[in-house]
Amino acid sequence: MQKYSIFNLIKNAFSNHQKWDLAWKDPTPKKEYDVVIIGGGGHGLATAYYLAKEHNITNVAIIEKGWIGGGNVGRNTTIIRSNYMHDDNALFSEFGMDLWRKMSQDLNYNVMFSPRGIINLAHSDAQMNVYARRGNSMRLNGIDAELLNREQVREIIPMADFSENVRFPIFGGLMQPSAGTARHDAVAWGYARQADSMGVDIIQNCEVIGFDISGGKVEGVRTSRGDIKVKKIGLCVAGSTNILADKLNMTLPIETHLLQACVSEPVKPVLDKVVTFGAGHFYISQSDKGEMVMGGDLDGYNSYAQRGNLPTLQHVLTEGIAMMPFLSKLKMLRTWGGIMDMSMDGSPIIDKTHIEGLYLNCGWCYGGFKATPASGWTFAHTIAQDRVHELNAGYNLNRFNTGHLLDEKGLGTKTWIS
Amino acid sequence: MLHIKCPHCGMRSQNEFSYGGDATVKRPELGKEISDQDWDNFVYNRKSLRGKHLELWQHLSGCRQWIKVERDTATHEIFRTLKANEDNS
Repeated sequence: MQKYSIFNLIKNAFSNHQKWDLAWKDPTPKKEYDVVIIGGGGHGLATAYYLAKEHNITNVAIIEKGWIGGGNVGRNTTIIRSNYMHDDNALFSEFGMDLWRKMSQDLNYNVMFSPRGIINLAHSDAQMNVYARRGNSMRLNGIDAELLNREQVREIIPMADFSENVRFPIFGGLMQPSAGTARHDAVAWGYARQADSMGVDIIQNCEVIGFDISGGKVEGVRTSRGDIKVKKIGLCVAGSTNILADKLNMTLPIETHLLQACVSEPVKPVLDKVVTFGAGHFYISQSDKGEMVMGGDLDGYNSYAQRGNLPTLQHVLTEGIAMMPFLSKLKMLRTWGGIMDMSMDGSPIIDKTHIEGLYLNCGWCYGGFKATPASGWTFAHTIAQDRVHELNAGYNLNRFNTGHLLDEKGLGTKTWIS
Repeated sequence: MLHIKCPHCGMRSQNEFSYGGDATVKRPELGKEISDQDWDNFVYNRKSLRGKHLELWQHLSGCRQWIKVERDTATHEIFRTLKANEDNS
């Protein structure tokens, strides 16, 4: 593989950049693999990369129905953070933060990781208390957290609404300075390029039709491009989890829902933090191109549509304008939607299943993108060693049966339904 | 915007309704010994497939009745709506 460097950039300038190697190959599926990863999104590509890098398992195929990076890794709002209260979520995410910091070097691909900080706004005394508690929990787990009062928030984001007579006045906020954003497509492409260079086959336009399970063990997978013999299959298909689970006669604590995001026309730099509204569900950051990147609630009913409906968008942007009134002057450039694997307690599942050789990675809800490296790393470990790592032990499937829910919000089941 | 035909009030916009999830899920019978798995299936586990989906909606800003809606989860086409106590077979 050609290294991306200033020297190679200059060298290739002489041939008008026409002679760069392809970033990844387009192989025909082989008859047999050691591991097949279903889903060529961020998590699937990262899993294949860490299988090769950390566990020396390179006879691996990634099977993708469409094209790699065409699902949620290309549709998110690129926020990266570890501001969780519960230990399982906090330690997992903070492990991921470390991988994010090293990612551009590790992958030899500029993922434009920008640790600009995230502020969760508080709009009441009670909410300030809750944030103080969460901030303390974060610090105990070695994650940076700062509780800001109203004046401190005003200094950082003066464009927010600080007038006196508003429905949701800003009391303060909780900031994680090390949180940030990254270039989402680059994450998919960087992992794909490195995985490919270590021998992983990335097979696109290849749909899974069925599974060969015999005696409770994985024997193979049937695809639109032929049958593949394999002993270990990792499922990384986000919003399509329920469809594949159905082919396996499994019913999971997952519902498939649609989440929208949108960007405004590009404007000059105005916002250098990720900011979330505390009295509803709205988050915003500014991209390097100047667009305001915004998102919020699910559309609210089961959906595979991958495109949004206007009432939710209107609701979300109303919250945005309540928080930052200048947004009302901006024109909307694009809106889009992705289908989310919403788990019943709002936390993900990375686990083995009752079928030997079948591994599950799903339930990412609103937070799939930031988890990409940690999810790939722990899922690769779970597949390679046939046992969960302590980092993803809390993300087991059995917790719904035993009642050990990982309910970050403390609101019970289906916290994502409004 | 979805348009849902409330069996009590007629065609109304989606904004008047709130969503209640899969209508085929049945609560385990009271007074019977229920296994953990049965509870698991009732509280958490869902098929949530692509295609026809029978679901509950409440006409919150209208007659406030719960209704059943059969909708396609990929195209959002609504095939039929029923009163909550109507048989959906």
